[in-house]
Amino acid sequence: MLFGNILIWFVIIPVIMLAGLGLCRNSSMNAIRSVMVVGSTALLGLAIWLCCDFLRLREMGVDDEMLFTGSWMWYAPLNIHLAVGVDGISVLMLMLSAIIVFAGTFASWKINPLPKNFFLWFCLLSTGVFGFFISIDIFTMFMFYEVALIPMYLLIGVWGTGRKEYSAMKLTLMLMGGSAFLMLGLLGIHWLSPEVDGAHTWNLLEIAKLGVDESWQRMLFVFTFVGFGVLGAMFPFHTWSPDGHACAPTAVSMLHAGVLMKLGGYGCFRISIYLLPQAANELAWIFIILTGISIVYGAFSACVQTDLKYINAYSSVSHCGMVLFALLMLNQTAMTGGILQMLSHGLMTALFFALIGMIYGRTHTRDIRQMGGLMRIMPYLGVCYMIAGFASLGLPGLSGFVAEMTIFFGSFQDADTFHRIFVICATCSIVITAVYILRVVGKLLLGPVYDDHHLSLTDATWFERLSTVTLILCIAGIGCFPNWINETIQASFSPIIAAIQNTGILAAI
Amino acid sequence: MGSTLPILILAIPLFMFLLLGLGGVKMPRKVCGVLGILGMGTTMTLAYIVALSYFFCPEFTVDGVRQQVMVFDQTWLSFTDTLVVNLGFLLDPICAMMLMVITTISFMVHLYSWGYMEHEDGFQRYYAFLSLFSFSMLGLVVATNIFQMYIFWELVGVSSYLLIGFFYKLPSAVSASKKAFIVTRFADLGFLIGILILSFYTDTFNFVEMTSNPGQVLAECGGATFMGASVLTWAMVLIFTGGMGKSAMMPLHIWLPDAMEGPTPVSALIHAATMVVAGVYLVARMFPVYCIAEGSMTFITVVGAITAFYAAVVACAQIDIKRVLAFSTISQIAFMMVSLGVATDSPYIKGEFYGGLGYMASMFHLFTHAMFKALLFLGAGALIHAVHSNDYTKMGGLRKYMPITHWTFLIGCLAIAGIWPFSGFFSKDEMLAAMFESHWFWGAWMTMVAGLTAFYMFRLYYLIFWWEENPEYKHHTPHDSPWQMSLPLIILAAVSCVAGFIPFGEFVTWNRMPYHIHIELPVAATSLTVAVLAIALATVMYRKKNPLPERMRNLFPALWTAAHRRFYWDEIYQFITHKIIFGIICKSIAWFDRHVIDATMDGFAKITNCASSAIKGFQSGNVQAYVAWYFIGAVLLAGITWLCFI
Repeated sequence: MLFGNILIWFVIIPVIMLAGLGLCRNSSMNAIRSVMVVGSTALLGLAIWLCCDFLRLREMGVDDEMLFTGSWMWYAPLNIHLAVGVDGISVLMLMLSAIIVFAGTFASWKINPLPKNFFLWFCLLSTGVFGFFISIDIFTMFMFYEVALIPMYLLIGVWGTGRKEYSAMKLTLMLMGGSAFLMLGLLGIHWLSPEVDGAHTWNLLEIAKLGVDESWQRMLFVFTFVGFGVLGAMFPFHTWSPDGHACAPTAVSMLHAGVLMKLGGYGCFRISIYLLPQAANELAWIFIILTGISIVYGAFSACVQTDLKYINAYSSVSHCGMVLFALLMLNQTAMTGGILQMLSHGLMTALFFALIGMIYGRTHTRDIRQMGGLMRIMPYLGVCYMIAGFASLGLPGLSGFVAEMTIFFGSFQDADTFHRIFVICATCSIVITAVYILRVVGKLLLGPVYDDHHLSLTDATWFERLSTVTLILCIAGIGCFPNWINETIQASFSPIIAAIQNTGILAAI
Repeated sequence: MGSTLPILILAIPLFMFLLLGLGGVKMPRKVCGVLGILGMGTTMTLAYIVALSYFFCPEFTVDGVRQQVMVFDQTWLSFTDTLVVNLGFLLDPICAMMLMVITTISFMVHLYSWGYMEHEDGFQRYYAFLSLFSFSMLGLVVATNIFQMYIFWELVGVSSYLLIGFFYKLPSAVSASKKAFIVTRFADLGFLIGILILSFYTDTFNFVEMTSNPGQVLAECGGATFMGASVLTWAMVLIFTGGMGKSAMMPLHIWLPDAMEGPTPVSALIHAATMVVAGVYLVARMFPVYCIAEGSMTFITVVGAITAFYAAVVACAQIDIKRVLAFSTISQIAFMMVSLGVATDSPYIKGEFYGGLGYMASMFHLFTHAMFKALLFLGAGALIHAVHSNDYTKMGGLRKYMPITHWTFLIGCLAIAGIWPFSGFFSKDEMLAAMFESHWFWGAWMTMVAGLTAFYMFRLYYLIFWWEENPEYKHHTPHDSPWQMSLPLIILAAVSCVAGFIPFGEFVTWNRMPYHIHIELPVAATSLTVAVLAIALATVMYRKKNPLPERMRNLFPALWTAAHRRFYWDEIYQFITHKIIFGIICKSIAWFDRHVIDATMDGFAKITNCASSAIKGFQSGNVQAYVAWYFIGAVLLAGITWLCFI
């Protein structure tokens, strides 16, 4: 039964929300908000329920690789299925997406103009994101991936600020360029894997079992990794990120940095590394260099920016670089750290962009040189900004610390000099991060009030508080009690690690 | 021992932080203050119960050795199956001693702040941060493993950041807090890499496992070397850099003088008594491993000796009384470092029972120093409160106006100068004895530093309380502080008078076996003579207004200016960070990103645009043109066919 599967509802609910929004009149803000609030709360509830159910099943000793699986043919000539299933990582990703959609809804409470159309595209984007995380058929996965990308163009182009057309175009074209590589890679994986019952399969579990033709793996690995890497803001394909984020409206920045960039990281290990383990062993070093550069480069670039969104966009380059860097270490601890970093970065960047949106909505500037002393004027937002900053620079008790430490300790398990050097370079980022975060906090929040007009501004409203509190609770939750998430992720990595180890001795450079 | 009391020691400050931090805004000031003081008072009582019962209950001593008790140890995060981070409570002599020191000083500061901070904005926030700091510092000293220590290490760092920047409207406070955080973060990078290396080889974070069998740690690290030093030495030295950052050793000391921008009680708590000795505590914690890591102890000694001298010289030329105290703190912590550095774990040296005298002395000095330095800082706070300035030039002749402050401050000065029978004498004597035992040079060098200490402290004392009265007192008569501020001064002064007579060696030693201290007469006589001479010199120069200091200054103008400017360390750092890192590295990377990487991407778009505009002429809609192109194509195809096949 299609509707009996809990996972399908992650796609159905956004579709229902789309329909609901379609019925609303453009002017009736309340109806639109009701649909969004009900829908996003339902998604959040569903995600929490899924999470509990998943943990319960695991507790009962169900140790299938993927749970809640289901498969329905939707295009027989090419053997394409709507195949769904989740492991611990996908569950956490669904959770993250639901939280951010929920927070994003409240953060764009007063979106203007065309609220109905904004939320329509917003829901379509969520559909793509949720669909991507539940799919285990790589074609369906790719389709949802594209569904998530396209609305971005309109969301930035119409509701954005600054050079929005340029940025929207740049973002879309670069990501589409990545998709082209990805498409080639996925087709290759499909055609070069052995046939099952006389047909090639798209199901990644089956492909992982059968293995892809080894002589082609290397090329396919490069294609897919670059394809997903573009979305994961890997150097040198990251330049869409600063411009795109700077021009995007609040909720879109949140969803984009919070979830969409995670699609890249998720795809990297779920497809590139899992399905092409041999090539991953051999070629990881190339991408370790690139992501290692990303980490330090993004952090240094962030130090001299003056636009709040640029600072966070570059900081995302650094933090997402850390995600891919960790995944490429190909050992369980580091990869677990990578996923933790995805969660952590998703939550804290969403918080950052939400706060920047709220501050920008009041001061009408994002230039830190034209603001100062905001802590006195809007203490609530100031404190939230500081918490986000502390999470970003890795303060214990918040999520960033757990993620970074897991990555460092995991990556350090690789004993050769090449890995060591890059790990030590990566650890340097904790200092540089502290520099740019404290620079912003010092200029923006502390010190004397720069502009006297700001004195009349107000602090956060209830919907803004709700949005930020949700995110902060999650950040602190992961930071204080990391072990259950850690164990869930570690358990989910076992088959992937097994696949990597089956290919023989780790390629030493 | 049950785990209820130890858990409460940590839980109460944390709860107070959350309560005052989240709900403080809605509470009246008085309620906040009382809650904070009560919370800390309870914590102090519990800490004393735990520590004293640890020291005096026989159940914790087996065969004359005090046991290390793991009160509880919960898994917090497991990196791999074997490498697991626990959060727990390790009770042993140094931990018990630190529990008493931290809670005592913290309680005094809570009480004192009630008077001192009464009229400041953000009183509630202040108490919340104090609680956060107390929680983090307690968590640090009870750590069962090095990773837990690192966690709380970062947390004390951030509490210090928040408290230094308490007056966040002042740009100087903001930049001081930023500097403190970033410098210590940089040091923590070394700490982190050290932990990475050490845990990679030993596969454990646990202190007990590492220190109870350091030989095994050495064996696990194997013979691997890097740039001439063994891996273990590298790891331990890197871990020590974390301690250098927190304890303000050269060259990472630059943040501590600036940290004086924070409220004075905070300086007393964090930047004099507790957080800055975390580095000493770290070395003491890992002491057996340091002993076995060849060369690391020498490194610690040298760093400490240089820092001690440098800070003492600089302290002689400062005008701001809090900065004098800050440099004196740096110098005294360096004293403890040297003392640890010269200590060894071999029980006999030259046939005499020795047993890590330096270790015991260092801990003893940590204890006495915490008391008298907190006293001096709180005294300085009372002075600043009365005179509304940090400069001694605005003070002078205050002994008549502020008798309580005067007498307690004098006791503090005598204690730090090492005059019998005040506490500093005893601990300093033991430290110097340990140094002389190791090598005469260290002993002589540090005796000289001790002399400088006595000199600059009495210079400060005379300039504040004697010298010449500031004429402004006529308009605004300074007076002693309210009881909340005077009471801690009196208590701490009393402790400084008697603490020296505590038989410290019976309680805290490196191998947790009692060690009978006896005063080394020759060492004591030398150091006492030097101290008295230095005080006499200070008396001659500063007791009454006279031109002697001016003449001395003019004798070596370059030296005075350099010392006054702290030998230009800040300028050097300013140059490196602003000019090189920001100006060259960051700017050029940002430029590269915009003008090379991004321009390449835009270039692709431009090329596509150009290409399409170049060929769009083909699609002109002009039938004649299509026909012409058709014929050209046909002819070309025919030509090629002809060339190839005929």
